[in-house]
Amino acid sequence: MENEHNHIVPYKTFLLILAGLITLTLISVILTQISLGTLTVAIALLIAGVKSFYVLRYFMHLKFETRLFSFATFGAILLLVAILLITLLDYIYR
Amino acid sequence: MSAIESHRDDLASKTGMWLFLFTEMLLFGGLFIVYSVYRYLNPTAFHLAAEELSVVIGTVNTIILLVSSATVAMSITAVQKRNKKLAVALLIITILLGLVFLVNKYFEWGHHIREHIYPGSNVLALRGHGDVMFYGLYFFMTGLHALHIIVGLILILIISVSVLKEKINSEDYVFHENGGLYWHLVDLIWIFLFPLFYLIT
Repeated sequence: MENEHNHIVPYKTFLLILAGLITLTLISVILTQISLGTLTVAIALLIAGVKSFYVLRYFMHLKFETRLFSFATFGAILLLVAILLITLLDYIYR
Repeated sequence: MSAIESHRDDLASKTGMWLFLFTEMLLFGGLFIVYSVYRYLNPTAFHLAAEELSVVIGTVNTIILLVSSATVAMSITAVQKRNKKLAVALLIITILLGLVFLVNKYFEWGHHIREHIYPGSNVLALRGHGDVMFYGLYFFMTGLHALHIIVGLILILIISVSVLKEKINSEDYVFHENGGLYWHLVDLIWIFLFPLFYLIT
């Protein structure tokens, strides 16, 4: 039958990922409370990016699914980033 | 298992779910682009307005959503391992955490509304265009996110009942996985909402 996808992720993996995500959240809170000027935005978004990578890869099982899902997700993110950059370039160089 | 017994295609179900999640990502992505443009146009107003949001409540809510995502993910493992009690317990913890998140949002919004800060308020209009945009986006984006939380909670409730009735079991749990995916997406969106509204000041 077609529905064999019994990859069982151990509880421990999820707990470790959770611990990592909470640590990253606290790091981003601490770093943004210290004034780092223009770097603040970059650091906060970078940490958010790392966190979403782990949520997608482990919590959302992308690591254990067909590669198609990972590629499609990457494509959707790429599309968003491209539209964001083009829009911002338009406003900055208007 | 014979083909007559099983008319399911789990891969197709999940593909459909992911396609739906992409439309959700683009919906919120569009709003993030609007946020970026108005932040670029009104840097000072956004900076000052963001400082009025409570970093503590924001951080607590972030951790609540992260933990609830982990509990949903672990409940799938429990179903796969035929541990029905643990699966249901984890799902109920998820629902409770989601409710706590909403209660925190209620207090947060209540605080703003008591200070006459809400879309369409005259007090807010007097503070200028930048503040109107910041709080307009704040209420719209966190409100849309909260709606997603409510939908997610209903889904998880349905999943809990299905696990109890063993409609979801170690042989057939794709609905559980898809519901989990929806909940994780809600978490994913919050991962970006939190720094953009609470942290970057």
